[in-house]
Amino acid sequence: MADKILMLALSPTMETGTIAHWNKHEGDNVSSGDVLCEVETDKATMDYESTVEGKLIKIVAQEGSSVKVGDLIAIAGKDGEDVTSLLTKPVASKREKEKNVSEPVKKKEGEYEMPHEQRQDGRRIKVSPLAREIATRNGVDLNRIEGSGPQGRIVKNDVEQAIEQKSTPVSSLAPALIAGGGESRKIPLTEKRKAIARRLSESMFTAPHYYMTVSVGVDTLLDARKKVNAHRESKISMNAFLIKLLAEVLRKHPAMLSSWNGDSIVQYGSVDIAIAVAQKDGLITPVIRNCESKGILAIDIELKELVTKARGNKLLPEEYTGCSFTISNLGSYGIRQFTAIINPPASAILAVGEIFKEVVFDENDEEMARSTMLLTLSCDHRVIDGAVAALFAADLKTCMEDPMAVLL
Amino acid sequence: MAVITFREALRQALDEEMARDEKVILLGEEVAQYNGAYKVSQGLLEKYGSLRVIDTPISEEGFTGLGVGAALAGLRPVVEWMTLNFSLQAVDQVYNNAAKMLYMSGGQLNVPIVFRGPNGPAEFLGSQHSQALQSLYCHCPGLKVMAPSTPADAKGMLKTAIRDDNPVIFLEAELMYGWKGEVPETEHLIPFGKADIKKTGKSVTIAGFSKPVKMILEAADLLEKDGIEAEVIDLRSLRPLDEETIYQSVRKTNRCVVVDEAWPYASVGSHVAWLISRNCFDYLDAPVELVTLEDVPMPYNHHLELSAQPSVKKVIDAVKRATYTM
Repeated sequence: MADKILMLALSPTMETGTIAHWNKHEGDNVSSGDVLCEVETDKATMDYESTVEGKLIKIVAQEGSSVKVGDLIAIAGKDGEDVTSLLTKPVASKREKEKNVSEPVKKKEGEYEMPHEQRQDGRRIKVSPLAREIATRNGVDLNRIEGSGPQGRIVKNDVEQAIEQKSTPVSSLAPALIAGGGESRKIPLTEKRKAIARRLSESMFTAPHYYMTVSVGVDTLLDARKKVNAHRESKISMNAFLIKLLAEVLRKHPAMLSSWNGDSIVQYGSVDIAIAVAQKDGLITPVIRNCESKGILAIDIELKELVTKARGNKLLPEEYTGCSFTISNLGSYGIRQFTAIINPPASAILAVGEIFKEVVFDENDEEMARSTMLLTLSCDHRVIDGAVAALFAADLKTCMEDPMAVLL
Repeated sequence: MAVITFREALRQALDEEMARDEKVILLGEEVAQYNGAYKVSQGLLEKYGSLRVIDTPISEEGFTGLGVGAALAGLRPVVEWMTLNFSLQAVDQVYNNAAKMLYMSGGQLNVPIVFRGPNGPAEFLGSQHSQALQSLYCHCPGLKVMAPSTPADAKGMLKTAIRDDNPVIFLEAELMYGWKGEVPETEHLIPFGKADIKKTGKSVTIAGFSKPVKMILEAADLLEKDGIEAEVIDLRSLRPLDEETIYQSVRKTNRCVVVDEAWPYASVGSHVAWLISRNCFDYLDAPVELVTLEDVPMPYNHHLELSAQPSVKKVIDAVKRATYTM
């Protein structure tokens, strides 16, 4: 009996996947665990490992085609087996369809996804039947909506507001696009672009952001880095120093490591710092976990590994989800100062600018040259109040200007 | 239209039907010489005589069974129970004879009878005399159950009940007998299975029946001041139930509060709430709320007695939960 090979959910939020490359070809033998193909998900390119044994009889989804989770991508079976009956789409009973969709959520052994809809941070989506019906009819993604009902239940009003927000800007922008000169072109959205758009819009439009900038003298830090790196072949990056100092300060300000959770606030027990990495077609935020218990060197090694993987689109879901704080560093582009959008589930992000020379007055009012870095913090006001963030920022400035203070 | 009391409306219905059909008789405790415990049958003995208006001994099982036998023999009896609490003595006659004969005789034996009397809590009556027993009678196939909330409905529905060829339980209430309302003077019949929309609105549906309807309308007026437009449905015919009117309303308002002054467990209210959840699921924006008597024997202490019952405040609170405006 031939086996259908279906598109699996290879990331927690994946709905469709694009076949990037078939590693096996029609006629090849496959055994369980072999990589059949590479699939571009909404986050990364993932290996699709076979769960069946036999011969790959037919490839249904060609390279470059986009396939819904649960749909047929190939058929495997015995040599010479007739698979035409599997290729004609039988009218599957509702129960069978449900079974096919629920099968792919099987991840590693012993690890199952919950059968109901979840938010990206794992919370179940509570929604009234009516609100669900309206959302489906209007193509509204429930993941993007925070519910106003009991325990965060999404109700009719929430969906209607989301529809209103969705429709207003489009209608007002469309004529302007047509009226302009030059030639416009339409670029189809990749899964990754859709995910970035959705997540950052959700963050910007649901979390009330505010910003504060602190100016930090970094000469001491630069000297320290220079000395450490003097005898090293592989230089430790400025980001590794920054992450370590940040982790030490964050440890003393646990309120900064929190998430808005609808009816509660979740405070995280470990300092898991994500760092924004630019990719050819977007960006991704790999996470360095437990920074509070790692040394600068360990952080640096891990950071370099993750950045390499990120640029090659090879990060695993567990390597880029679930951070408690984020850094975005645009200093290397010569950006002096900018504001960043909070990366959920974290409630704060630090935008790091370039290091530049400026003239400042020392304690004797004498002019002196100083290397300065401007750090701009974005916070979710639902979780972190201004004074809390200000204390953290002040502490961060102190520690960066005098790294020895961290040892205290 | 004349404005008359609930008891006068019932009396007009009895009077008109007794005049129209000589097979209609009235029997029960003190219905004749004393003119009825709540004066519903005042003057009927004088007008129709002791063969048709009959005082019975204090034995509910006896005279209820007598009524069933008379119906089987071709009369159309109206049996008055002094209160529905006393009808518990007669449940065997209702369940096992009145409700079963047509079915068990293969359609040969009709039982054209009406059992009527006051139901539900009044005041200062203690646990045993304050019970709302609609759930018990609605539970049994073979019985029709009516529960009017206005004098006009009381008259139109009692006349329909008397003309029906099958047993009907007709629920009144002590505190309603003095309520006044306009009642048509011309022939006035209200069919089974037809609810009445008392007030239209778009924010929430409130469904109830019998005495609580007045309280629901008061709540609806107060809610209107807060910008919540409630649609109020008087179910009035509990079995058969006008499901379509309820569903149409809930599909419009997307929220529903059901009010029933009986206990919540296995009640008419909980059944209606289930029907709505079942048939309007995709139209619901909030769980169906249920406002009932608290799940306890009625307390005698007056403060407790009142606080155990549905109230304007309890209805408003339920509406606010259902509309997420708490």
